[in-house]
Amino acid sequence: MGVKLLLEHAHIEGIRFYDAYRKNGGYRSVEKALKMTPEEIVEEVKKSGLRGRGGAGFPTGMKWGFLAKPEGVPRHLVCNADESEPGTFKDRYLMEFLPHLLIEGLIVSSFALGSHHTYIYIRGEYVWVAEILEQAIAEAKLNGWLGKNILGTGFDCEIYVHRGAGAYICGEETALIESLEGKRGNPRIKPPFPAIQGVWMRPTVVNNVETLAAVVPIINMGGAEYAKIGIGKSTGTKLLSACGNINKPGIYEIDMTISVEEFIYSDEYCGGIPKGKKLKACIPGGSSVPILPANLLLKTAKGETRIMSYEGLADGGFTTGSMMGSGGFEVFDEDQCVVRHTMTLARFYNHESCGQCSPCREGTGWMYKILKNIEYGKGKISDIDLLWDIQRKIEGNTICPLGDAAAWPVAAAIRHFRDEFEWHVLNPAESQERNYGLAHYADPIHVPVAI
Amino acid sequence: MIKFSEDKLNKVEELMARYPEGKQKSALIPVLHLAQDTFDGWLDVPVMDYVAELLHITPIEVYEVASFYSMFNLKPVGKYLFEVCRTGPCMLNGSDDIIEYIKVKLGVQEGQTTADGLFTLKPVECLGACGYAPMMQLGKTYREHLTKEKIDSIVEECTRAAAN
Repeated sequence: MGVKLLLEHAHIEGIRFYDAYRKNGGYRSVEKALKMTPEEIVEEVKKSGLRGRGGAGFPTGMKWGFLAKPEGVPRHLVCNADESEPGTFKDRYLMEFLPHLLIEGLIVSSFALGSHHTYIYIRGEYVWVAEILEQAIAEAKLNGWLGKNILGTGFDCEIYVHRGAGAYICGEETALIESLEGKRGNPRIKPPFPAIQGVWMRPTVVNNVETLAAVVPIINMGGAEYAKIGIGKSTGTKLLSACGNINKPGIYEIDMTISVEEFIYSDEYCGGIPKGKKLKACIPGGSSVPILPANLLLKTAKGETRIMSYEGLADGGFTTGSMMGSGGFEVFDEDQCVVRHTMTLARFYNHESCGQCSPCREGTGWMYKILKNIEYGKGKISDIDLLWDIQRKIEGNTICPLGDAAAWPVAAAIRHFRDEFEWHVLNPAESQERNYGLAHYADPIHVPVAI
Repeated sequence: MIKFSEDKLNKVEELMARYPEGKQKSALIPVLHLAQDTFDGWLDVPVMDYVAELLHITPIEVYEVASFYSMFNLKPVGKYLFEVCRTGPCMLNGSDDIIEYIKVKLGVQEGQTTADGLFTLKPVECLGACGYAPMMQLGKTYREHLTKEKIDSIVEECTRAAAN
């Protein structure tokens, strides 16, 4: 069994409620943190090496260090619970089953950042999860962990739940801020960054649910101890939400030292692929990150075992690697069609584009149309190059990363599965009847010998 | 006459108080949720105008937000809204078949409502339940690991609830 820092108590009955949570060591980090200075807490988080768990992987301590602190201007911590990246459902699990862990992390982080009014922006569809959080906040307040003069330290803090209303783009931090202000979720041009001018033009830190929950073990064990778990710059533990064609879909906490192969086939994790089918491909970090064929997933292009860490999954860059992203781990068995899957993602990004930047607004629509043609047997060979051209013109040319997020899955699908696209085009009738299958995607990779 | 009950008006006050002085517009999305739940599951223009009045903002500020977010319905919907996810992870687990089955069972196309006004089918994008696919949202809850048999029993459950 690997190290469990976040889900250690997840199996305990009643852990969703205050009494069981407190009895199992809950809120200790608040007792400890409120005796420290805010600067000391930020220092511990820096030492821990914690990286943002929402997808970008930016060092959390550094992000906290950027927060402006002008005299007399309130600052805010906002928790990003707008989990919407296809394949990702880990934050929902944390909030649904361990709501007090998030509240605890939020109190400590609010104290460190000087936020007296902290907001949880949760995706609108998680109606019952928002209710669970409201209830946990009420319990925490009743027991003196929120409100005025917490633990007699003079620190005041309130946490509010704010439900969104169905928009993937609101997971982007400046769009989230706009939405929290009661507007359309159109991302802002940066700079100024939220750390200088965020919600209501006040200095703001936006962090993912899992990131803020991880502050609890960091304070309890100390940043240096936390940093000892994992490999290299992948410190601590990471939650993965596993889905697709696996025997045991669900949420797993890993310490980022295990191999991808172990994660897929071990009974401790995904438990292999149903009906003994073969692995064809996988998107290891949420729909935006590059899809990898089985051969490049299990081993890097150098022929080494691929490790489930930030660096391990990124080994090979976008040519032969992928990304940890949000930890949404989606497995494809040999019967799945990469063209059809890519089409659903293109439709998703087209639907979710806010429409501000033309490359994204128009480009995502064109990609969806072309992919639909290919999928339904009406494509041309030149469409594949056209798709490649469009995705390149979206990437890097938009205000926010949704453009990149829409371009990358299409680019990776063509890069690794071009022959499957060609087969669709050249066999329009047959492709409506059956899928391309496993083909050569699990074959050993030919590693060129250096001359 | 469109008006919230006393209880709901208090709720609106409480929602507005969560944001700083002068920033009451931040309560717009939460208040629109309350309005949609209260007034037949959709946001008619007079309802949006009423929300604008409550928050002391202009009606256009409400329309532009209501039209941006996919959870707000700008047209009437059936009493039971089947929001079936069809994005990648659900697709891998057979959401296409589930959507087809619902179409045939209810005799509606995507976005349509049954003649008795009970059911609307609305395929949607990822709802964050990928490990429990295929799935749909029904009111405030998720219905997961859908099968044709499960759809049958959900339809029956709704029909029974509507009759009572």
